[in-house]
Amino acid sequence: MDIRKIFQQYSDRTSYPEIGEDGKPIIDLSSHKYLKMWQGPQHPGVTGNMSLELTVCGDEIVESKTHVGYLHRGFEKLMERRKFIQCFPTCIRMCVAEPDPNEYLLARCVEELSGIEVPEMAQWLRTLVLEMARLQVLLRGVPGQGGTFALGLGYQWGNYIRDLILDRFEELTGGRVYHMYILPGGVRGLLPDGFKKRMEENLKLADEFVKSIDDLMYSNSVFKQRAKGLAVIPKEYIDKYGVYGPSARAAGVMRDVRKTNPYLKYAELDFEPYTTTESDVYARSRVRWYDLQTTIDLIRQIMAKMPEKGEIKAPTPNVLHWKIPKGETYVKCESSRGEYGMYMVTDGSDMPRRVNLKGPSYTHANMLLEKLLINANIADTAGIMVSLATCPPEIER
Amino acid sequence: MQKIIQDIESRYSVSEKEIRRNNLCFLTIPKNQAISLVTYLRDYQGYSAFTLLTAVDWIEEGHFQLTYLLNNPTNYTEIGVRTMIERDHATMESAHHLWESMQTYQRELKEMFGIDFPGSPRVDEDFILEGWTDIPPYRRDFDTKKYAEETYFPRPGRETNDPAEYMKSKLFPND
Repeated sequence: MDIRKIFQQYSDRTSYPEIGEDGKPIIDLSSHKYLKMWQGPQHPGVTGNMSLELTVCGDEIVESKTHVGYLHRGFEKLMERRKFIQCFPTCIRMCVAEPDPNEYLLARCVEELSGIEVPEMAQWLRTLVLEMARLQVLLRGVPGQGGTFALGLGYQWGNYIRDLILDRFEELTGGRVYHMYILPGGVRGLLPDGFKKRMEENLKLADEFVKSIDDLMYSNSVFKQRAKGLAVIPKEYIDKYGVYGPSARAAGVMRDVRKTNPYLKYAELDFEPYTTTESDVYARSRVRWYDLQTTIDLIRQIMAKMPEKGEIKAPTPNVLHWKIPKGETYVKCESSRGEYGMYMVTDGSDMPRRVNLKGPSYTHANMLLEKLLINANIADTAGIMVSLATCPPEIER
Repeated sequence: MQKIIQDIESRYSVSEKEIRRNNLCFLTIPKNQAISLVTYLRDYQGYSAFTLLTAVDWIEEGHFQLTYLLNNPTNYTEIGVRTMIERDHATMESAHHLWESMQTYQRELKEMFGIDFPGSPRVDEDFILEGWTDIPPYRRDFDTKKYAEETYFPRPGRETNDPAEYMKSKLFPND
């Protein structure tokens, strides 16, 4: 058969597959037009332990299904048979890359349900730790977007500076990845001597990195060609699909809990989250790049404004016999990926009745990613996925 | 917040209300009015963003609590719509037509709590668990400890010690 005729026959690839009456694509694998392939769970282009079941026509994706569960340990269920203080080591593992919002939310739920006021110094330290957590994620996440399009240099570079921030975490909390620095009532300790000076040295390096990554990635013609116009999220998808944080801000919709529902000391800090309207992979990456600058600036502001000394922990009952009155609450904060919330129900016992974590990946990696991947090229899958900053542990909890 | 609660009370049978903060409240209403209220809040009161849907197992009382948490992106307030459903043959009206993201929550609740949402797309597909044959694991009567003991074999090096006794034997062996 003439290859040109075949090409002409299938040249309008957007019409494949045909859509059936039930609204689902009609995919007949025996027709040899389509191929099933898996991206993940072990794949460098997948952010963590999840996989995508892709149906492709040539190199174009016609259907995508997200599969999670490779990391499921039933954290929420396990917390139901642990005392509130014992929930912390479990809860922080619900997002490995950025565990601090988990411990903040759990502590905040407990404090709110038991009526504990957190001292001002502890609030400043919590704000600092949350911003440091955001910084270490973005130092890897911003250049990581380049990595998905084979621009790996920035990622290695960002990891070096991230390691220096982990050094600061280590001296402040004792841990590099998991910190458990925020506990009900306050935090575990004050800043060590010389911490601010060392942090400022790290921030200067991060400043240089921000400028360099601008030249390396955002002026790179290959990166621009691949990322611009890719996986556009229309504005009407924001509420329909549950789009949060930088991904929503790239579509021109202001979604930043730090601004809309200020918590801790964010109301006293001067910052304006960046928004744009292009809403493609390039725009989402650019929003995160601006976020990186904002975070560096916020850490400087926090260190300048916070008091030198003060109470760091409000008195709490003996944590091993701590019974919390019956009630329920939902608290939220802004993680690097968007709104991060925790819903807790208590029944008057010394263990939570129900804890439910709501991270932005839950909606981003399921319905939204499945939708955005349709008609995309296989080679862009990783780029689209990373642009949504998915974190599988917070989906399967 | 008070104004909207009064408005809801005038239209629906609110049996319980809890104002947690000035931007968060929870309302309990009958099962047959829940989706109607959620739709009303979305279409007429500006609660256009859906935050989460989850269940709480009140096994002692024989029912599940479903909580629909909605967010108003204009005035930044949140309302939790709670409704109680029978624990046996638990079924709830699907709300997948309101938000695309809703079907994922309903699919998870079917798998983890055994609550059915007839008509919800892909509700019977495995979400997190694969080939699970036991009772839905997030129900209170599913015992995680018993399951782990029966399913996984003991590994050497996992002996547990009483921390106080162990430290005493290490630090003060002669006492």
